[in-house]
Amino acid sequence: MDLLLNEQLENLKKRFDNLEKGTKDQISMVIFSGDLDKLLAAMIIATGAAAYDMKVKLFFTFWAIAALRDPKKNGKGKNLIQSMLGFMHPKGSKKTKLSKMHMCGMGTTMMKGIMKKNNVASLEELIKVGGEMGVEIAICEMSMNLMGFKKEEMIDYPHMTICGVATFLSDASESKVQLFI
Amino acid sequence: MTTEELATLTTNKIIDARGTACPGPLLAAKKAIGEINSGEIMEIYSSDEGTKNDIPRWCQKMSHDFLGIVEEPSYSRMFLRKA
Repeated sequence: MDLLLNEQLENLKKRFDNLEKGTKDQISMVIFSGDLDKLLAAMIIATGAAAYDMKVKLFFTFWAIAALRDPKKNGKGKNLIQSMLGFMHPKGSKKTKLSKMHMCGMGTTMMKGIMKKNNVASLEELIKVGGEMGVEIAICEMSMNLMGFKKEEMIDYPHMTICGVATFLSDASESKVQLFI
Repeated sequence: MTTEELATLTTNKIIDARGTACPGPLLAAKKAIGEINSGEIMEIYSSDEGTKNDIPRWCQKMSHDFLGIVEEPSYSRMFLRKA
């Protein structure tokens, strides 16, 4: 009888340990969209979570990666197609557009004006603050290559890594909150 | 605490986040809380309506003691004691 009880206790202990290890006070986000509005929302949530002392892991993939390009840097060793792609994608967060009412740039410029008037932080400021608060950015290598970007043309960000889907999955499975933007 | 008690409270640090929008006041609070000691009192000025709901929740999560809000004509003063 005691033996059975002990065994059950051990079993429960193991399960409890797994649960404890399972979720951390952490948020994982896939940032897929390259639209200014969606990137803003993502960075506001990210910096807010950092203020909540949560660990924040951002996984930048596809169109969103263009927002991390440094307009002053150029990737070396690109072939013709990669150069062409690089030319077509926005070069940096300042060049991103609204998902609606862009109106050839008029809408986006107007929105930026309203944001300034209301003292809403710009995307560039939010990325900088995120860096200071320890928000981690991981860039999906596969989609970076598809978009024709090189690691060397990304902004100087203190916590930036290049990774694959496994990084996101292992981070996300340990996180209390997961978002796809 | 009552409004009168709060108004006479001596604070160790005041952050003026008036004029900044979400998440400005929260980020300012997070930054400033590191500069005071446990048990000290911090005051946050904000003109952003949402901050009045955000700061008490943030305090609850971070186990700081939220003391209350004093309303001024164009902004609010929020008081908290660091855990």
